[in-house]
Amino acid sequence: MTFVPNPNAAEVRLEKITKRYGKVTAVKPLDLVIPAGSLVTLLGPSGCGKTTLLRMIAGLERSSDGKLSIGGKDVTHLSAGERNVSMVFQSYALFPHMTVLDNVAYGLISGGMKKPEAHAKAEEALTSVGLKGFGPRLPSEMSGGQQQRVAVARALVLKPDVLLFDEPLSNLDARLRRSMREEIRALQQSLGVTVVYVTHDQSEALAVSDLIVVMRAAEIAQMGTPRQLYEEPDNVFVATFMGEANHVRGTLEAETAETGTITLDGFQTRLKHRNLPSGPVDVVIRPEAIHLVDPATEGCLNGKVRTATYMGAHAEYNLDTPVGSLFVIAPEASLLRKAGDAVGVVLADRGVFAVKP
Amino acid sequence: MSTFLRKDPVVDPAIWWWLAAAVGVVIVPWHMQQDGMRLSGIFALFAGDADAASALGQSLFHKRFWFWPVIAALVMALTAFRPGLDRRGRGNLLLIAGLGGLIGIIAQGWFIGVRGWSYPFLERAFGDLEERQFGVGWGGAMAFAAFAALTTTGLALRGLFGGDRFVAGCVGLLIASITLFTVWPVMTILGQALRPPSDMTFSAAFMDRMFHPKVWGMACFYSGSSCGVAWNTLMLGIGTATSCTVLGLAFALVVTRTGFRFKKPLRLLTVLPIITPPFVIGLGLILIFGRSGLINQWVAALTGVELGRWIYGFNGVWLAQVFSFTPTAFLVLIGVVQGISPTMEEASQTLRADKMRTFTSVTLPLMRPGLTNAWLVVFVESLADFGNPILLGGSFGVLSTEIFFAVVGAQADFGRAGTLALILLIFAAVAFMIQRAVLGRASYVSMSGKGDSGLPTPLPDSIRRAAYCIALPWAAMTIIVYVLALAGGFVKVWGRDWTPTLSHFGRAFSLEWTSNGILWTGGAWGSFFTTIQLAAIAAPITAAIGLLAAWVLSRQQFKGKTLLEFALMLTFCVPGTVIGVAYILTYNVPPVEITGTAIILIICFVFRNLPVGVRSGMAAMSQLDKSLDEASTTLRASTFRTLTAVVLPLLKPAIVTALIYSFVRAITTVSAVIFLVSAQYEMATVFIINRAINGDYGIAIAYSTALIVLMMLAIGLIQLVVGERKIGRRTAAPDSTPDIAAPPAGARA
Ligand SMILES: Nc1ncnc2c1ncn2[C@@H]1O[C@H](COP(=O)(O)OP(=O)(O)O)[C@@H](O)[C@H]1O
Ligand SMILES: [Mg+2]
Repeated sequence: MTFVPNPNAAEVRLEKITKRYGKVTAVKPLDLVIPAGSLVTLLGPSGCGKTTLLRMIAGLERSSDGKLSIGGKDVTHLSAGERNVSMVFQSYALFPHMTVLDNVAYGLISGGMKKPEAHAKAEEALTSVGLKGFGPRLPSEMSGGQQQRVAVARALVLKPDVLLFDEPLSNLDARLRRSMREEIRALQQSLGVTVVYVTHDQSEALAVSDLIVVMRAAEIAQMGTPRQLYEEPDNVFVATFMGEANHVRGTLEAETAETGTITLDGFQTRLKHRNLPSGPVDVVIRPEAIHLVDPATEGCLNGKVRTATYMGAHAEYNLDTPVGSLFVIAPEASLLRKAGDAVGVVLADRGVFAVKP
Repeated sequence: MSTFLRKDPVVDPAIWWWLAAAVGVVIVPWHMQQDGMRLSGIFALFAGDADAASALGQSLFHKRFWFWPVIAALVMALTAFRPGLDRRGRGNLLLIAGLGGLIGIIAQGWFIGVRGWSYPFLERAFGDLEERQFGVGWGGAMAFAAFAALTTTGLALRGLFGGDRFVAGCVGLLIASITLFTVWPVMTILGQALRPPSDMTFSAAFMDRMFHPKVWGMACFYSGSSCGVAWNTLMLGIGTATSCTVLGLAFALVVTRTGFRFKKPLRLLTVLPIITPPFVIGLGLILIFGRSGLINQWVAALTGVELGRWIYGFNGVWLAQVFSFTPTAFLVLIGVVQGISPTMEEASQTLRADKMRTFTSVTLPLMRPGLTNAWLVVFVESLADFGNPILLGGSFGVLSTEIFFAVVGAQADFGRAGTLALILLIFAAVAFMIQRAVLGRASYVSMSGKGDSGLPTPLPDSIRRAAYCIALPWAAMTIIVYVLALAGGFVKVWGRDWTPTLSHFGRAFSLEWTSNGILWTGGAWGSFFTTIQLAAIAAPITAAIGLLAAWVLSRQQFKGKTLLEFALMLTFCVPGTVIGVAYILTYNVPPVEITGTAIILIICFVFRNLPVGVRSGMAAMSQLDKSLDEASTTLRASTFRTLTAVVLPLLKPAIVTALIYSFVRAITTVSAVIFLVSAQYEMATVFIINRAINGDYGIAIAYSTALIVLMMLAIGLIQLVVGERKIGRRTAAPDSTPDIAAPPAGARA
């Protein structure tokens, strides 16, 4: 992990944190350190326990077991209001009967600040998210993106140690999502605050995160930088979750600690293997790591085009090969092959990796 | 780094509760003061008369040793506030001291009464007390509430209720009030039913009362004489429930599944029973079918046949109940019919089923749980109904009226009243359990709700015609009954002297202007003002406790929540007559001696109408996104602030509904109240029924008319005062008007 903690921000440390609802275990005991000042996303399919984990950090749920500390202080038994955290909800949860300004000032007044001072601070916060002058409006009189900003301002104005987002962009349209996520990232960078961000969208996670925690069935599947997760996934689940991937069986023959030869049904390729022992392995191949060549090329794997799809900027193929069906994204759309054409397949250096079976 | 977290207070805020307890124990008179409390009597530590002194005063200067445990608990509670104590330690101390105080208060009240020791075994153990005490007054009540609050604070500090003392306090308040004002009285009834008269053994007395021929006799099946009241009650309930369900279904089908043009007016029918005092329909029937009623007079004039008193008895009560409760069934069934997803019916039709087959094999089966529910709702209302049977029953007795006569009659047989009340309670509880079971299962059977598109299938012709033939004549008759009932207030003597007059209103509501100001000379003013005053006090309390309960049940997680929910639900099914008897039995004697006061009436209103508040609160809460509460919590707001700043403003429609219902129902209720009124606090409905029973229909009707006008005014006023919730200027919130036409299922009487 390559993130450099920010000494002015707070670290979140989870030790053996667990959540059970009756017989259901929503989060199995897990250890996790969220470095001070980083933006960490919790990524995983629906129902894997992301929200539960986030709500435990917020204090909205009490953990069944384990210890949670924020900025070195044990907060396991503190309520949400006693921890210095703020949360931006999926539905924004703006109070519909209060003006935007009252919404943003709400937390300050709850904390005992006088109204005029709180309103001045709230104005500042609104300005910082680009909503100067919107204070007197009601939330229902603003667009989705503006409501989102109000929710962020309302959380930020409290200067929390940790800012929590639960799928904040899922109610916005695709274009707005893209610009909002950049804004959130820019804001986090300028403030240097620790952020935990839940999403099920891997491209969103790749775009905003310092570190990504991939979750699967109430457990952490892998944690790392976006690049580590995309390029060096630990298992097939992470590999397929982080991007399109073909998944075939092969055999590894380790040569050095770093590199080895993989045999796929007679076809061989060399690659980095990250200390796996020799023997059967799962091989993950990104669709853009497959190059199509003339079938007569030496050392290539022979296959046949099953379907070919023209996508404008690129072309997509499904191939039948001796190792199984392969999905391919080819950059040169102009050279479109047809269904039934014989093709040769070679693999690029990057985008192909062996993982534990 | 600067943060905006709340600061911890120097002294735990529970100190305020401790101070309240101290005031209750040290300063204020502990007992109820017979001739009211005066300002000068408030500082009662050194009062010369023991009964007027505070608890500390009584134990220091009057040798009333039984307050020492309470005083010890008070001192112990103070030690919990010494600085340096951690949360848990303070919690433990408060819990023990609080519980100690509560037990001390309960024990002294329970064991020592107006005749010294309340139980012979205590007298044998400790000798004659030579002292006595009256019921608990302000001091005792204050101390009890404060010790309860210290106890719940202790529990919260020990980590229960999510560590939230406000939630703990709310739960404590609910448990204490349900126990004090429902569970205890019902237990007292049970005790009364089981306690034998001195000359009988326990089991013989119980069997005799429980299975008396007057209760379970079946003579009506094989001879001319009448059956036992239990059978009467059941038969009436079954008859009324079945008729109302059929009528209600016909109305619901006409309104939702036909092109009938006057749906709006038909829907108005559902509002009628809410603002109708309970005797209007009965009076209307008497004016039509009674001995000097219209029909009797016409028939006699045309044919010379005397129809006689057939309206008095089963027929009349049944007819009156069907008129009264059909709107309720209608209301329940509108929801049911609308809830059936049209796609199911469309699916059936695409499977080549014709309209009739679709109706009988898809629509009806889908409605079955709803029909059962409507039936049970009306059944319970019929069981609990008091106004109609007492007005029209004649010699036909049902449980609710028999209970009344057992208490007020010359016999004043509380054992018998208790037993009858127990039987009625069992009937209601069984119906209620069946209802819960039916609805519980129904929830996942049908009704997928909004997402469904598609048009409801038109009714098969024969069903449609049948629905029209049942519903429209009945609607017309309902209107006639109401019109005639109210017309009766404007003629001199119905059936004999048809001269239009306002004299009945004059007798009830006349005024005189004298040099000393206005004189309220009408006979009804006293009960009129009392009724308005008590209903206006009870309504906000009902709404507050009801919404609090709804909020606790729908938003908080804690151990024992299902039990609390169940207890609350059970209190909903206790019929009014049972509560009335139970209250006089329980609160006639110390420790809580409030019979004859306004307090008992207010408490009765509050706990009779609590279901309305709880249900409308629950319904509203389920529409309120939970993340709003959570957002407030993460924004440092205390639970109390979340409730007052976020939840309540968004619940305004529910608040309006709860206020209106509890106000209006406090005015129209009679079954429980009739036991609790006193000369000083007479209620409108009791005034009316007394006149009606004496045959003075004119003034009864005039009064009812005035009440209807009053309630309509009150509804308008409440809406005006509470106002609309403002959540968008762009969208005129369509749900900001209270859903007045949604009375909860359950006993109304
Ligand atoms: N209050 C609850 N009671 C019971 N089970 C719950 C509760 N909240 C969440 N769960 C379960 O915990 C699991 C994780 O839920 P969640 O954290 O919401 O998943 P995600 O946010 O990753 O979609 C799910 O299986 C869900 O059914
Ligand atoms: Mg989620």
